[in-house]
Amino acid sequence: MKDVIKLEHGGGGRLMRELVEEVIIPAYRRNRVEGGIGLPEMDDGATIPIDGCNIVFTTDAYTVRPLFFPGGDIGRLAICGTVNDLAVMGAAPLALATSIVLEEGLPIEVLRRVVDSMNRSLEEVGVPLIAGDTKVVEHGELDKLMINASGVGLAERVVTDGGLRPGDRIIFTGTIGNHQLSLLSIREGLQFEAPLESDVAPLWDMIREVLRVGGVTAMKDPTRGGVAGALNDMARKSGVDILLWEEEIPIRGVVRSAAEMLGLDPLELANEGVAIIGVEREKAQEVLEAVRRDRYGRDAAIVGEVLEGKGRVILETLVGGRRVVREPLGSPMPRIC
Amino acid sequence: MCLAIPGRVLEVRGNTAKVDFGYGTTRDVDISLVDVEVGQYVLVHVGYAIQVLDEEEAEETLRLWREILNSSESRPQARRGE
Amino acid sequence: MGGLFSFRDRDLARLIVEKIRELEPPRPVKFCHVCGTHEWTITHSGLRALLPERVSVIAGPGCPVCIVPAREIDEAVWLALNGVTVVTFGDMYRVPGSERSLEDAKSLGGDVRVVYSVRDAVEMARREPGRDFVFFAIGFETTAPMNAIEIPRSPENLSFLVSHRLIPPAMELLVGMEDLNIDGFIAPGHVSTIIGMKPYLRFPQRYGMPTVIAGFEPLDVLMAVYMLLRQIREGRARLENEYTRAVTYEGNVRAQRAIEEVFETVDGAWRGIGVIPSSTLRLREEFSERDARKRYDIEVGPGRDIYPGCSCHLVIIGKITPRECPLFLKACTPEKPKGACMVSSEGTCRIWALESGL
Repeated sequence: MKDVIKLEHGGGGRLMRELVEEVIIPAYRRNRVEGGIGLPEMDDGATIPIDGCNIVFTTDAYTVRPLFFPGGDIGRLAICGTVNDLAVMGAAPLALATSIVLEEGLPIEVLRRVVDSMNRSLEEVGVPLIAGDTKVVEHGELDKLMINASGVGLAERVVTDGGLRPGDRIIFTGTIGNHQLSLLSIREGLQFEAPLESDVAPLWDMIREVLRVGGVTAMKDPTRGGVAGALNDMARKSGVDILLWEEEIPIRGVVRSAAEMLGLDPLELANEGVAIIGVEREKAQEVLEAVRRDRYGRDAAIVGEVLEGKGRVILETLVGGRRVVREPLGSPMPRIC
Repeated sequence: MCLAIPGRVLEVRGNTAKVDFGYGTTRDVDISLVDVEVGQYVLVHVGYAIQVLDEEEAEETLRLWREILNSSESRPQARRGE
Repeated sequence: MGGLFSFRDRDLARLIVEKIRELEPPRPVKFCHVCGTHEWTITHSGLRALLPERVSVIAGPGCPVCIVPAREIDEAVWLALNGVTVVTFGDMYRVPGSERSLEDAKSLGGDVRVVYSVRDAVEMARREPGRDFVFFAIGFETTAPMNAIEIPRSPENLSFLVSHRLIPPAMELLVGMEDLNIDGFIAPGHVSTIIGMKPYLRFPQRYGMPTVIAGFEPLDVLMAVYMLLRQIREGRARLENEYTRAVTYEGNVRAQRAIEEVFETVDGAWRGIGVIPSSTLRLREEFSERDARKRYDIEVGPGRDIYPGCSCHLVIIGKITPRECPLFLKACTPEKPKGACMVSSEGTCRIWALESGL
């Protein structure tokens, strides 16, 4: 059943990677600017080197149901997702552009709330939205609203997701699994005494301080596919193994118990306000402290180390056993067995 | 073949109970297959309570394990010392 | 769930492993569990890396993904492509029948919905009375009681594609195969909360097979391995209950009665294994209007359980290891899976393919 698009092709896992590698990338003969990072690298952003400057460019589409969820909404998601993609490439965001597709019949009040939220996130990062486009499709053709956001940034030193070297440490800048689980829980009728909020947040300020400390060898934005997908990408591209210590992974108790309830692995759940940072051993502690000084980095932790290897992610479990962390296939689904 | 998770019963309303699965994660659970009261623990599978968990039994299990595991069987010298 | 019921303490694990090492027998021993969730616990906690060389734990036919016959998946796919909304657990969503999976049916326009509970299917059917719903009722004795209490009171537009199977008959089939040389059973804890301990007595008593009922925390599984090794050291096969906090001798009698009222036990096919006597549940006559197979005249062939050359059926019962299958990591890989054991995220072949050389 290879000839039809399935929902899982958008799940951020291996099926999506195969679709992009086998169908999309080979379609374009010109897929990079001379000397820059292009499409084949499938990194969080691409680079345009112009007389000594590294312009970083990224684009992403955002669809989420419901549009407004605890801790965020589709507007904040679009802005933060784009800013974070630029940030993990080492780029200060310069400007954003968004095109919004609306369903006929959508109350204008909903659009007003979304663009207002987008503005608040733009203000928080201090970056302008300088271009845009609006389209309307017939009722029923689209679920309410969809946003595509593009961003341009400037990087003094470009950081890729494939620069890890044995001995480096791995840092998670926050607790994992909050975003996707807060959405899944609404659908599965889970309630929480303290509401489980999405972690959607802009991380450029934090990463700017991290880059100032130095020693960063790789970074990645673990959205769909979770940290499992992102770490597998990083290990494969860097040609190393990553050893993860389960005991050190920052995860909120409510996320752990809700994930256990639904038979889900928190490592595979999407995050929207967490970055993965690979850093030289000597600088790891200093970088960790820089992250923790930021309001979105309070729960950051050193969660693993990089070893010689061939692209595997290995987890040392709570009881001292070891297992391979696999690249997720598609989007995680509640299991009963 | 069956993922079932323990949770504590917070409220009971007829055949439904509000159950806390830890750290404030709660969900409504059907309890028609068990007799349970508020404060007890139940084992929940796909939204239904399948068993009332015996708390003393849980503590007993841990105590028993520690006893077996620290028993002299594993430390022959200790046996001579008894 | 923190506190009382999460048995994950690393020091206690180290202590149990130390004891297991002391009881490691001179010749290799092979313990068999029959539960996808045991396999999940063993894999996700990396327990195999803790066990000594001569002690191995293999997975028998106990996860619905591996043993639901292709024909029954083809029935669900047929329904989804013929105007019926098929509601299923996530576990069965990607498993291929003879040709297609429910995921494929969805991408071809079928209405397939994944749920966490049969209650969600009941509520969906109530909310959309004009639409036909079928719930794909898979699972073992733990999942049958829920359907048994929902079926008599479910809305008119909801029927059930029943695919329940029973564990003890499958264990009996395994123990009857001398050449499997299993040295002990780890019995599934949650099935046992329903059926109790009695149905397992035959294994130590009639077959001399050490049997321990185990829970699903990492320490439960390690403790069960320790208890089996102790039985072997003592040379006396017994039925022991490691999961005393949840399993009683009688089991959940109310659940057993609910199953009895709505289902009858019949012979049934298991994917890749064939027919096992009195191993499958079928709706009783008085509930036939809730039986999807009676409500719709589903047209499907006999179903192709096994991909030509694939030996999943031998792996499923632990007769061979994945490496001994001719397709393993050649025609059949995690990226291009052929057999159910490579498709399922907890299938034995998939785990071996990805964990080799750990």
